Amino acid sequence: MELLSLAIKSIFIENILLSSFLGMCSFLAISKRMETAIGLGVAVIFVQSITVPVNWALRRVFLAPGALAWTGVPALAALDLSFLTFIVFIATIASMVQLVEMTLDRFFPRLYQSLGIFLPLITVNCAILGGSLFMVERNYGAAQAAVFGVASGAGWALAIVAMGAIRRKLRYSNVPPGLRGLGITMIMTGLMAMTFMIFSGIQL
Amino acid sequence: MATFWKPLKDPLSESNPITIQILGICSALAVTVKLETAVVMALALTVVTTGSNLVISLIRNSVPSRIRMIVEMVVVSTLVILADQFLRAYLFDISRQLSVFVGLIITNCIVMGRLEAFALKNPPIPSVLDGLGNGLGYGAVLVAVATVRELLGSGRLFGHAVVPAALYRHGYVNNGLLLLAPGAFIVLGLLIWAQRTLIRHYETA
Repeated sequence: MELLSLAIKSIFIENILLSSFLGMCSFLAISKRMETAIGLGVAVIFVQSITVPVNWALRRVFLAPGALAWTGVPALAALDLSFLTFIVFIATIASMVQLVEMTLDRFFPRLYQSLGIFLPLITVNCAILGGSLFMVERNYGAAQAAVFGVASGAGWALAIVAMGAIRRKLRYSNVPPGLRGLGITMIMTGLMAMTFMIFSGIQL
Repeated sequence: MATFWKPLKDPLSESNPITIQILGICSALAVTVKLETAVVMALALTVVTTGSNLVISLIRNSVPSRIRMIVEMVVVSTLVILADQFLRAYLFDISRQLSVFVGLIITNCIVMGRLEAFALKNPPIPSVLDGLGNGLGYGAVLVAVATVRELLGSGRLFGHAVVPAALYRHGYVNNGLLLLAPGAFIVLGLLIWAQRTLIRHYETA
């Protein structure tokens, strides 16, 4: 029940894109077309649900203060490697993306074809690194980290697909020239964020 | 002489990283609730882009292009770790408020974008100017958005109350929406509109 509530919270109330502003760059660039928006959305869910738990485990086993106690060496047990968090997380993300890419290419060539160029782009999507960093900051446990990974990815995918749909309709509107493209997209995202705020009273 | 300063001057307006190049938007929205955090974030990013542009430009001829991404990531992450540890040591309060966003400078597209687009092809001195220019251009947008949000949203600037109490007695109310996420999107959207109209930079879509 608690996990379900966390999932709802990370998809709707604290949507990683609309309330933490993560992954804006690819959101703005890729939401022009519906098909690509769906492709990138799926890819983000996929990578996010893998990297958050993996980073959780890495942090637990290597990086957190005193995490190396399992080695039995007192000098190691006293070590606090948490300053290495960023570099380890980004390395994990880059290698996980590479791994996912290779696995998909080998076993699910059709899915790989349709995700295409989006997989490498994900390495520099800040929603992925941000998800892992939020997981650290909010002290999630193993199950919570797994749920948070899937749900925050799903929230991001939801936002980009919705924006893709809106921008398709927008082609028929007469927008002032200076506002075209980026400007109007920002304002629409603002309105979308506002509508998502109606979820904020929900408690399970 | 004009071409020498070009990399520094252009990003301030004509090729501003946020409003024209569409880079580094995430943090621009998140840290602009207050001027104080916006200024610190702008400085941190300026240091990181300038530093990474310098380092990559110095080693640009000895890095094979196949592994350049990894090399760039390592250089950037190292600089970000330095910036983060520095903030934690000397500005702990602000570093708490910036939360994950200092770490996210690693994936900030401005840094990677400038490395790929400029530092890999140019000698160190123009690269440093380019990094500095883009950092300052980013900072200018941050400060503009943060000023609007803090002034209208909480009636303060740098934490000092600036809206006179008399106004509140006559029924003036702070607009709380500006402090929330939608406010950030809309203020930045309007700023982009104004800036693009001024320099006549139009998208065709």
